Amino acid sequence: MTTVAAPYSGTALDRVDGPEKVTGRARYAYEHAPDDLAYAVVVQSTIARGAVRVVDADSVLQLPGIIAAIWHENAPRVAPIEDAELTVLQSPRVAYRGQVVAVVVAETIESATEAARLLRVDYQVEPHDVELRADHPGMYRPDHVNPDYATDSELGDPEAALGFAPVVVDATYTTPAQHHNPIEPHATVAVWDADGLTLYDSTQSASAVRATIAPLFGLPPESVRVVSPYVGGGFGSKGAPHAQVVLAALAAKQVGRPVKLAATRRQMFAVTGYRTPTVQRVRLGADEEGRLSAVVHEAFEQTATVKEFAEQTTVVTRMMYAAPHRRTSHRLVRLDVPVPTWMRAPGETPGMFALESAMDELAVACGIDPVELRVRNEPTVDPERGLPFSSRNLVACLREGAARFGWAGRDPEPGVRRRGRQLIGTGVASSTYPVYRLPSQATARAEPGGGFTVKIAAADIGTGARTVLTQIAADALGVAPAQVRMEVGDSALPRASVAGGSSGTASWGTAVVRACEALTDVLHRRAGDVPPGGLEASVDTAEELRSQRPFSRHAYGAQFAEVGVDLDTGEVRVLRLLGAFAAGRIINPKTARSQFIGGMTMGLSMALFEESVMDVEFGDYLNRDLAQYHFAACADVRDVDAFWIEEEDPELNPMGSKGIGEIGIVGTAAAVANAVYHATGLRVRDLPIRLDRLIGGAV
Amino acid sequence: MRPFAYERAADVRSAVAACAAGMADGAGAVYLGGGTNLVDLMRLGVVSPGVLVDVTRLPFDGVEETAGGGLLIGAAMRNSDLAAHPLVRRRYPMLTQAVVAGASGQVRNMATVGGNLLQRTRCSYFQDVTKPCNKRAPGSGCPARNGDHRNLAVIGQSESCVATHPSDMAVPLAALGAIVHIEGPGGSRKVPMPGLHRLPGDTPERDTVLEPGDLITAVELPPLPFAVRSRYRKVRDRASFAFAVVSVAAALDVEDGMVRDCRIALGGVAHVPWRAERAESALRGSPATEAAFAQAADEELAQATPLPHNAFKVPLARNVVVRTLLDLVEAS
Ligand SMILES: Cc1cc2nc3c(=O)[nH]c(=O)nc-3n(C[C@H](O)[C@H](O)[C@H](O)COP(=O)(O)OP(=O)(O)OC[C@H]3O[C@@H](n4cnc5c(N)ncnc54)[C@H](O)[C@@H]3O)c2cc1C
Ligand code: SF4
Repeated sequence: MTTVAAPYSGTALDRVDGPEKVTGRARYAYEHAPDDLAYAVVVQSTIARGAVRVVDADSVLQLPGIIAAIWHENAPRVAPIEDAELTVLQSPRVAYRGQVVAVVVAETIESATEAARLLRVDYQVEPHDVELRADHPGMYRPDHVNPDYATDSELGDPEAALGFAPVVVDATYTTPAQHHNPIEPHATVAVWDADGLTLYDSTQSASAVRATIAPLFGLPPESVRVVSPYVGGGFGSKGAPHAQVVLAALAAKQVGRPVKLAATRRQMFAVTGYRTPTVQRVRLGADEEGRLSAVVHEAFEQTATVKEFAEQTTVVTRMMYAAPHRRTSHRLVRLDVPVPTWMRAPGETPGMFALESAMDELAVACGIDPVELRVRNEPTVDPERGLPFSSRNLVACLREGAARFGWAGRDPEPGVRRRGRQLIGTGVASSTYPVYRLPSQATARAEPGGGFTVKIAAADIGTGARTVLTQIAADALGVAPAQVRMEVGDSALPRASVAGGSSGTASWGTAVVRACEALTDVLHRRAGDVPPGGLEASVDTAEELRSQRPFSRHAYGAQFAEVGVDLDTGEVRVLRLLGAFAAGRIINPKTARSQFIGGMTMGLSMALFEESVMDVEFGDYLNRDLAQYHFAACADVRDVDAFWIEEEDPELNPMGSKGIGEIGIVGTAAAVANAVYHATGLRVRDLPIRLDRLIGGAV
Repeated sequence: MRPFAYERAADVRSAVAACAAGMADGAGAVYLGGGTNLVDLMRLGVVSPGVLVDVTRLPFDGVEETAGGGLLIGAAMRNSDLAAHPLVRRRYPMLTQAVVAGASGQVRNMATVGGNLLQRTRCSYFQDVTKPCNKRAPGSGCPARNGDHRNLAVIGQSESCVATHPSDMAVPLAALGAIVHIEGPGGSRKVPMPGLHRLPGDTPERDTVLEPGDLITAVELPPLPFAVRSRYRKVRDRASFAFAVVSVAAALDVEDGMVRDCRIALGGVAHVPWRAERAESALRGSPATEAAFAQAADEELAQATPLPHNAFKVPLARNVVVRTLLDLVEAS
């Protein structure tokens, strides 16, 4: 594959939608206000398992301004699609605390909120089970793990190899449930008219929302339009539609008026997804020089009873390091909990915390520098698939990162460096993320008055996708970015894949390049003449993607952390984070840097703060606001920096790019945990690294 | 919509009268400060007063000097203004440090001194009306005891409630023995800290000794010359914008290596800002050494009765008391 000439790709173009956003002209889902709008507020179940017995709608219908109360007995029927998270209000069953059991629609948000509070719902209560344990009797082997990886893998005889290995690390790590908390809550405005259904939605894929919602209401896809030009973050929680989209549409249908529905921050802790907690056992067998003979990584996770989501936690271990004997597995238990989903680098994020912590433990056990240990175990081909890597610059990231971080001469002795009342330590971890590319369509259009419009139902969820696609299109058309207008975020545009799996730029960019090339051809044939109606060319990349050559394609990185741990209090502060990444060609250094350091900041949060606390007695996540669900405040983010290594990889896509949206979070938590070990001599295997996990120990 | 009346009081008498009238109506009436806690709790349905009497326009928003070198702080003063006041900074540095360690700049710009003292616990069961909680719904039970209590009390809690008082500002006020000025339907009175807040006992619904309709008008800081060397140390789960896990306010008067006088109060450990009287009396007259500080802290914390998930607060509090006192010795 040849990559396109790229005068604009690689430049730090300012966000093309910056002015709209900072002047408030960019309209987000909740800001749409069609005529005759009504407001819906959900009622959530207060039991974790059982059934709704009675909904006393009369108690609220007399209140001023109330239009309707909708619950399973009077809700419009939807088609029984497989995704039971979306077939809301169709049955009395309650599968988790916080599940939506009714919706109240009113003239104002205040009336609807008050009626939702007053609506009396009686339940038949059943005992619930919400506690994840690795030895839970309900553990089962899912058919596959997200999105469609084999559940388990095995090569050689890992048990025997572990038995023979002179050095063995055998440790169990846990990560808690985490909630995405994008700053814009999930919101939908639903409007029915003669043509069908229009949804103003906050989503990572207008095309996917349309494809999912249309059959639910027995509509052909053309009859549903999803408009989502601006999205205030998603992190995976808006990757697929959640209940609120269906509820808005149901309510609008029921009352015959447009309906607006937003999840509140507190509701988001039950109804818009989260990352499953994990229990992970990692066993590494190595010789005295740290060369791995065996790698075994087993994950235990939860899913909901209404829907299975199997996080691919150990899949990354199949590719990371060379070792002849290896096994990975995933086991799930269905609990009476909300439905988990994708959250920034699902699989890699929790998985690499465990693997990269274990690698650090191995480095300590062997007395080898942890950078060197990783270099020694660098595979020449993908260890389980046997495929060549399209490019793999982990070693370069480790080496260059170590040089810039000042790793050389690091004394491995833990617990011996002091600065005032702080113990100081440094840690390293590898990072990686797969290269995904999904089929998409795009249309490029030459406008009669000059200039070009490029259309694709891509999603800019704050990443800068609109800007980067503008650069890609400009290069493919051979014009300046100012000549190109990108239209994204609308299902009426050519169908595009989800803003997920760090695949957006690669997938949409391919379609944009091909559409622009096709348009250039047409223009060429017409000697540049644009008719009064304009000229268009449309493409679909499905065929091109099918003929992709077999390679193991991944981005790599190395994360370096320096921490200070207060001797008296156990408070951990990350003093420095440096990420080195190799992710193909970087199309916009400005937006890329934001993705890298944003991901690293989220990784810092994961290491030290983020934790959704399950209330075992009542069965919900307790800390349902941003005063209680902690992520890094500005004061926690002191010195976070990222750089990248230029990579030429012709096996990727016309831009030569790899995804960068997720890799920044991968490995960060392990780097921090490893630094905490180096600082204190305490190995914290359970995230987050709260001060109470250190206070009883060395400090 | 849940209607409530909003009244803006112009003077103390009319404020107290408006509140009393609201209560007489049976609607429930409360004073409104910056609203940073009250309005949140109204949104959550934890409280639903029928009348809000806004007291932020009362002429109590400044600092006056009292005879003898103390200060009288108006109850309507904003937290930011309090922290920034030059006399507060000079005479009671631990108070400034405590206030700026709390919440965020935006919240502090809204929050008042009176409201800060009377903010409610951050126990998550208290905030969730779908769950039992003796403080919110007396007699319904205390799920925190067997549930999530990592950040709740280790001293002075009861079977019926293990909540903590979350204020940072109240901790140095307890250490200083600040005097709370109150106007109520029955007249005016003064309550010295830490006596404003009460232990939960079997009536955890009552956070303080205030009666319904009592208005805090001012907080008086008694003169305490050695408080010029005082310090507030807050331990928290992130570097800013988090409530204290444990905090300590301390002032130390050392002469010739001996402790002549001291004030110590702890935050994040009890239903009240906890004045460490045992530690104080153990220290008075003892050498200003790490060993003596540790022994004093141990004597105070001997009364602790922690729960399984907050036992760490006891060694943590000990470490922080010792370190803060040592820092004060070093600074002097
Ligand atoms: C996200 C967040 C983080 C926070 N973090 C911290 C923190 O780290 N540390 C900390 O200490 N605090 C913290 N706070 C709490 C904050 O300090 C309090 O909300 C604030 O001080 C309350 O003051 P207010 O004037 O807004 O009170 P209001 O909310 O107006 O009132 C609180 C209570 O006091 C009563 N009241 C108010 N004034 C009077 C008066 N003059 N007389 C009698 N009764 C009165 C009200 O009726 C009400 O019951 C945080 C708050 C938020 C929202
Ligand atoms: S500790 Fe107090 S506030 Fe918390 S649940 Fe128990 S009674 Fe309620």
